[in-house]
Amino acid sequence: MDFTASLALIAPEILLSVAGLVLLLAGAWMGDGASRLVSYAAVAVLAVCAFMVAPVLCTAAMGPDTVAFGGQFRADAFASFAKLLIYAAGGAALLVAPAFFERHGAMRAEYPVLVLFAVLGMGLMVSAGDLLTLYIGLELNSLSAYVLAAFLRTDERSAEAGLKYFVLGALASGILLFGMSLTYGFTGTTAFEGIRTALAGGLSTGALFGVIFMLAGLAFKIAAVPFHMWTPDVYEGAPTPVTTFFATAPKVAAVGLTMRVAMDAFGTQASAWQQVIIFAALASIVVGALGAIGQVNIKRLLAYSSINNVGFILIGLATATQAGASAMLVYLAIYVAMSVGGFVAVLMLRDADGEAVEAIADIAGLSRTQPLLALCLAAVMFSLAGIPPLFGFWGKFVVFQAAVQADMIALAAIGIAASVIGAFYYLKIVKIMYFDEPADKAHGKSDWIHWALLAVSAIFISPLGYLLTRWLGSLADKAAAALLFAA
Amino acid sequence: MDDFPILSLMLLVPLVAGVACLFADARLARNLALAATLVDFALGILLWASFDIGGAQWQFVERAPLFAGFQWALGIDGIALMLIMLSVFLMPICILASASIEKRVGEYMAAFLLMEVLMIGVFAAQDLFLFYIFFEAGLIPMYLIIGIWGGQDRIYASYKFFLYTLLGSVLMLIAMLWMVNEAGTTDIPTLMAYDFDPRAQTWLWLAFFASFAVKMPMWPVHTWLPDAHVQAPTAGSVILAGVLLKMGGYGFIRFSLPMFPEASAQFAWLIFALSMIAVVVTSLIALVQHDMKKLIAYSSVAHMAIVTVGLFAFNVQGLEGSMIVMLSHGLVSGALFLCVGVIYDRLHTREIDRYGGLSINMPYYALFFLLFTMASIGLPGTSGFVGEFLSLAGIYQVSSWVALVCTTGIILGAAYMLYLYRRVAFGDQKNADAAAMPDLSPREWLMLAPIAAAVLWMGVYPESFLAPMREDIAALDARVARAAPLGDARLKLSEPTKNAGHAQDEHAAHGGAH
Repeated sequence: MDFTASLALIAPEILLSVAGLVLLLAGAWMGDGASRLVSYAAVAVLAVCAFMVAPVLCTAAMGPDTVAFGGQFRADAFASFAKLLIYAAGGAALLVAPAFFERHGAMRAEYPVLVLFAVLGMGLMVSAGDLLTLYIGLELNSLSAYVLAAFLRTDERSAEAGLKYFVLGALASGILLFGMSLTYGFTGTTAFEGIRTALAGGLSTGALFGVIFMLAGLAFKIAAVPFHMWTPDVYEGAPTPVTTFFATAPKVAAVGLTMRVAMDAFGTQASAWQQVIIFAALASIVVGALGAIGQVNIKRLLAYSSINNVGFILIGLATATQAGASAMLVYLAIYVAMSVGGFVAVLMLRDADGEAVEAIADIAGLSRTQPLLALCLAAVMFSLAGIPPLFGFWGKFVVFQAAVQADMIALAAIGIAASVIGAFYYLKIVKIMYFDEPADKAHGKSDWIHWALLAVSAIFISPLGYLLTRWLGSLADKAAAALLFAA
Repeated sequence: MDDFPILSLMLLVPLVAGVACLFADARLARNLALAATLVDFALGILLWASFDIGGAQWQFVERAPLFAGFQWALGIDGIALMLIMLSVFLMPICILASASIEKRVGEYMAAFLLMEVLMIGVFAAQDLFLFYIFFEAGLIPMYLIIGIWGGQDRIYASYKFFLYTLLGSVLMLIAMLWMVNEAGTTDIPTLMAYDFDPRAQTWLWLAFFASFAVKMPMWPVHTWLPDAHVQAPTAGSVILAGVLLKMGGYGFIRFSLPMFPEASAQFAWLIFALSMIAVVVTSLIALVQHDMKKLIAYSSVAHMAIVTVGLFAFNVQGLEGSMIVMLSHGLVSGALFLCVGVIYDRLHTREIDRYGGLSINMPYYALFFLLFTMASIGLPGTSGFVGEFLSLAGIYQVSSWVALVCTTGIILGAAYMLYLYRRVAFGDQKNADAAAMPDLSPREWLMLAPIAAAVLWMGVYPESFLAPMREDIAALDARVARAAPLGDARLKLSEPTKNAGHAQDEHAAHGGAH
């Protein structure tokens, strides 16, 4: 494969890098007054990138034609599926931000630029075909994310969130690097394909340590139990638009990366990591559900909810089959819509002075003060709980279907029974909004962009979403086929 | 008529009206809801009228491959037809009974109309996962109905209702996924004829049982019912008792029995044991209640236990009897809750001791209440008698002991119902405010009279209701016959004795002489 073909394959990444740099200069010359403009330009760039990667998914591209730079980068249908979700989530995080930061007088042009670079990093993560690409993408994403978490510089909680995220993220990167070096040492290569062939014969104890350490590092990034402790603090402290971003795009990227590593690089030794994933999945479901029960801050509650959801996603990975991978992608797509809907609704909860309302007790009786917002938030909650006919049920459905098809019935039964624990706290939110007397706190007006985003995600998770199942399922199947074809 | 998607239309009408109710003011929402439910009732009558008795097993079939993994597949047999009729018949009455609801009327009506969509959907679904979606989705509106418009402990009751039923259902989902993986289809009629490995059937049956037993509800997982009933508004109780409880019985008859006949026979003892305990224990509990709604709620558990023994009798009488008990209980317990609602609206208490001597100042009310009390006991001439007699006759062929214990339910039922009636309607007018209550209003007449007519119709001429179901029940009986347990009666046909032969001869001669 020649150099120009490789460059053509990474065209979206090139566009993102150039656009990020240009917008950075534009922000520097034009000052913070132009940050809204820069944000919209960044959204436009993401839209263009989405149009660039979409054909790859629709044509189910896979195989040698999609490999760039001697196997370091893969622009196949799987990467394309994940990138589309990442771009959508990044776009949502950009759109909701100006109204929020302007109220705090903290809207800067760096915000959209950082989001663009984080998105670029995530694109590299899901396209990684080599441990080094993986690490560069991960760090590019993480560095942007640390700054974003601390974006409200004057806010103590935001600074604390940034610091915590940085320290724990650095630790996770260290663990991941350690695992990568062990893997490299015992296989003699950093390319996924080479690792795969080297491990086909058997797994030495050293290489096993490499696998475990790498998975532990990745579990940090996807916030799976027992490496989830940073999530509630960071989600609570970070500014809400940033939390919207954290809960969606990096989650997709990290899960996509984990799928690449587990099913491609370590695909020949599935039995070695399956037990780890099963444990992490069940532990995430249970801890995420139990941890959420006592929360009084809605952002913290959604953080535990995201831990809980990662558990369900990992059930798909535990099957180590193509159906499982496809189910994970469907779940991720629905999860992104639910999270965007949930956090945008939280963003819209404001008191008369425009201050954010985050305490769960303060949204009491929301159904009477703001019926439409309450209805959307209730739909998100029932959807997260996986109650049909809302679309969240479909995500759980496909994941458990994959588990049953892979003959892991005990895992499916325990996982789904534990999901009932989770239903309890989702119900609590609905109960507070609908059954309790109004606290009359949240009645601030909202931006039309927030309403538009909320409407789009609410329609997606409504029963109308089921009409998309065939389309979504076939796209996810193509992506999963590409993932396993590379393997 | 064949191509017209009448079932989809029956789902669409309340759905559209429900969404419209969300945005309407109170008065408009009431009228809209009443109109939509009446239209659905009219469609239901049309459905019944054009149902071809003795024709194809599945009629009004619609299929559209709209979704990945499952289909939009609807279709009904006689059993589903009767249950759909029950739902659409009770719905307008529920809307009428909601006149006392004054807060958030639009949302209330929307929740009820959504409930109607889901109930019809459950009975009409021909696809396993479509069924599950309808079955499970009913939790959301019911949770809101109990939680927003319920009484004092509504929040506790709503949580209990939601989480109990959810836990039961998710295990069923895993079983469904396994079945579809094994049989390679989600089509319910195909699955009903599929023979699963008897060892797997055991687990599948237990998973389905977990769901249906909670919905039914069977002892000892019935405890959500009294809470939910007492706290729900009147119309909520009517729907809960009238139709939602039938989903459990429908589940047994549609899934557990035909799909897992061997496992059903294997676990029949479990069903019998739980049902016998339920009949005796809940009847005794009902006897000591001071709250009218609670008393009727416990009596529902006892009646549902008669349904389960009849279903697992593995013979035609038992199955037909169970279906009639379900229909009858839907009408009668619904009517009893309405009767409670009538006096609750006047005095705002369900305490039995606060009433007394109502037959003096409310004679028409007392008349209706007496009729439904008698129907609940199972007096011949009312619907209750037909169903209970058939069920118990069916179970008697299998086990005379189970029949004996379950029959005490009738006696105890008479005890608690008559005791309730005596305290409420007879005796002295010991409370001045209760004595001053006016008799039924025209609206209340409109609610109670149709149910009374249906109860008497079903009691006097049950054939109208049995005829559409007969072939479906016969088909089910044939399907489960291979696993049917032997009865304990051990009837033997003995040789005719000489004496008997003589009598016969004499009879023949006698007959010939005429």
